[in-house]
Amino acid sequence: MNPTKAGTSARRGRFAVVLLFPALGLLAALVLYPVGYSLVRSLLDAGGQWTGLGNYLRLFTDSGTFTALRNNLVWVIVAPTLVTVVGLMFAVLTERVRFATAFKTVVFMPIAISFLASGVIFRMVYDQDPEKGIVNAVLVGLHDTFAPPSGYPDARPRPGEELSVIAGALTTTGTHAPGAPAALPLVGVKAGDVPASASQAAAPPPGSGLAGTVWLDFASGGGGREGVIDPGEKGLPGISVEAVIGDRVAATAMTRSDGTFRFAGLTSGGFRLRLPEANFAQPYAGVTWLGPGLVTPSIIAAYLWIYAGFAMVLIAAGLAAIPRDSLEAARIDGASEWQVFRRITVPLLAPVLGVVFVTLVINVLKIFDLVYILAPGSVQSNATVLALQLWNVSFGGGNDQGMGSAIGIVLFVLVLPAMLFNLRRFRREQR
Amino acid sequence: MRTPRSPWHTRAALAAAASLIAITGCSAGEPGAGPSPSRGGTLTVAAVWTGKEQQTFQTLLDDFKARTGVTAEYVATGDDIAAVLGTKIQGGSPPDIGVLPQPGLMGQFAKAGNLKSASADVAAAVKAGYGSIWTELGSVDGTLYGVWVDASNKSTVWYRTGAFAEAGITRAPATWPEFLQAAQTLSDSGVTTPVSIGGADGWTLTDWFENVYIRTAGLENYDKLAKHQIPWTDPTVTAALDTLKGLWSNRALVGDPAKALQADFPTSVANAFSDRPTSAIVYEGSFVAGAIASSTGSKVGEDAKFFPFPSINDSPPVVVGGGNVAVAFTDNPASQRFLAYLATPEAAKLMVAGGGFTSANKALDAAAYPDETSRQIGQQIVAAGDNFRFDMSDLAPSAFGGTKGSGEFKDLQDFLAGQDVQAAQRQLEADAKAAYSGQ
Repeated sequence: MNPTKAGTSARRGRFAVVLLFPALGLLAALVLYPVGYSLVRSLLDAGGQWTGLGNYLRLFTDSGTFTALRNNLVWVIVAPTLVTVVGLMFAVLTERVRFATAFKTVVFMPIAISFLASGVIFRMVYDQDPEKGIVNAVLVGLHDTFAPPSGYPDARPRPGEELSVIAGALTTTGTHAPGAPAALPLVGVKAGDVPASASQAAAPPPGSGLAGTVWLDFASGGGGREGVIDPGEKGLPGISVEAVIGDRVAATAMTRSDGTFRFAGLTSGGFRLRLPEANFAQPYAGVTWLGPGLVTPSIIAAYLWIYAGFAMVLIAAGLAAIPRDSLEAARIDGASEWQVFRRITVPLLAPVLGVVFVTLVINVLKIFDLVYILAPGSVQSNATVLALQLWNVSFGGGNDQGMGSAIGIVLFVLVLPAMLFNLRRFRREQR
Repeated sequence: MRTPRSPWHTRAALAAAASLIAITGCSAGEPGAGPSPSRGGTLTVAAVWTGKEQQTFQTLLDDFKARTGVTAEYVATGDDIAAVLGTKIQGGSPPDIGVLPQPGLMGQFAKAGNLKSASADVAAAVKAGYGSIWTELGSVDGTLYGVWVDASNKSTVWYRTGAFAEAGITRAPATWPEFLQAAQTLSDSGVTTPVSIGGADGWTLTDWFENVYIRTAGLENYDKLAKHQIPWTDPTVTAALDTLKGLWSNRALVGDPAKALQADFPTSVANAFSDRPTSAIVYEGSFVAGAIASSTGSKVGEDAKFFPFPSINDSPPVVVGGGNVAVAFTDNPASQRFLAYLATPEAAKLMVAGGGFTSANKALDAAAYPDETSRQIGQQIVAAGDNFRFDMSDLAPSAFGGTKGSGEFKDLQDFLAGQDVQAAQRQLEADAKAAYSGQ
């Protein structure tokens, strides 16, 4: 070989190294060193003393990390699939709607919102209180349309008095006979919840038939004797009262504005009086979305809202690249739209779907902020994922960065296959 | 741990050569020449405060400068002061003074050898201004390190005056049975859930427990349990949890526990003091006043008042609380002067004047408080004297007493949900064991 040429190439090689040096330096400082040091740190305990594999041992025997691993598994199985499928649906459908661009923009918009902000938004969406949380507001609205709430949900007898709660209804312990008016005091009704039509409670006027009074045995500002109708205590109108003999309802009456009721037809015999449950049924309170049972599905739904647009845009781009003629050919051959979708579109899209899916898997494994923001403190341990666990043990109070590094390494190992998959794909595409 | 930090190597070596005392870094403007800098100099002070609280603290720094000529520079660390200071210490440039929001943090730094012990002047100033308990609370293993800049009171029960009037309760309940009776009366009067519990935040529950425990078990047991010298399976814990259960399991008084577990602290305050309240009582520390003022339409002192946490079985007045402790990280002489200054009634006066802070300084004139409510809170602290104790969960290793979703937080949340005393004790003991052994 020509010596000059060899010299030139050697010089060029050295020159290349010099040019590469800044990039390599950055790479080493920002990627290699942190990864390497995490590995070292994971072998030290909280105080920096050598513990070997102690952290890993604790990690796999700790119930907290176990929950986190399980939740991560749920996330990886459910979230990427769901997001890819929904993204695919949106992409295919937007090909055919008129305002496709506008639609795509709207669906894509959430990804421009940070996880933190989305978390705050969904914290409100999922709020237990129907006055604040829109999901529960809708549920309660629907429910109340079909089953209107009762008039006195909080009303209850004082303990140890005539009335006692039996299967939601209030029933007198003793029997009542015509001639002696029955006194049925209730408490627990907010003064503001008493209907405007209510007037001062009174004993029923003399007359024939079994009669009595249902009233709010609590005067505003306190005072008043228990079980006795005092001035300032209002009757509770609109309560249905049943006279029961054995298991049979003998008659039904409704209280008037002063709380009195009368069964004119019952002139003799002893009856127990019952105020049916319908008077007091608790209002439907919606679903505890962020309770221990539903918290992970709820957070995944929020994730879907954020990432569906991302999947849609990537898939739509892939869709645009599909050769139209093969679709046309299939249609001419008599394939139905569903067959075209299943046999032509999806297989041709497979590479794109794969990239979207794997990207989402990586993303989902690292999920942190959404869970951290959305899960209330009391259920955070039910919703926890590895990244959150990592933060908690190292900074969120645990102050054990050794353990945190160990979780980080485990997370890294879990993400690795997905990354290798993506890398291999990129390399294949470059060839 | 120290080996791979190459970029700092050379600088550290130079510094070590210059002085055998390792830490240099800060005190940039310190004139190295003057052996006794009677006036002037600079000081960096790190604390978590921002906004209004920072402004209040700034008045102290300004006053200190006027008195001594030392320019103190304030550094806000954000909420995660432990991590920020830890990093700075590792990097060799801690601030001169750190104001730590948790007593446990002081112990942590002291044991790691990061703190400078307080001078005799500081010790004398603390002794002059505070009850003897405060010297103890500022010390780690018998050495005084810290001065308590403020003291907060977590033995306050806040109530809606309108609801009490409506229910005809004229006297604030002073004992536990009176307290339960008042809640029952409120319930009768139509308050849906008389006592609002913010169970989504575990720390609210630990505060409940501590106030009940210190009253049922006494100060001595409280100190032991805080150090985990008695186990959580102790009968005194059983008694306290049973007392709590008497309230927490009563749905007429606290509502559905599952709902309480969804309510965070601000929500629990809003439940009692918003325009459409469903509750009438919130137990938490003096900072409830701030939450009421900032997020509801109620006016503290008129619509919202407080009474001391009720006495249980004739327990004497005790206050469970917290505070911010100032400690010195460097040998900067101005640090010790600043600590001594913080112990003076003049500093305490500036601290409380801005509102939002209360002080345990007994030399402080109560007239310095800007309003009646904070004056009462402060006087309750001073009146408790040596019956002041720190929030137990703040003293515990944070893995047990300070981590969202685990340890004591989680165990008491489970207790609120399930009301199982034995199970709660077992779980608390298991978690405590793991956390205290790892310390």
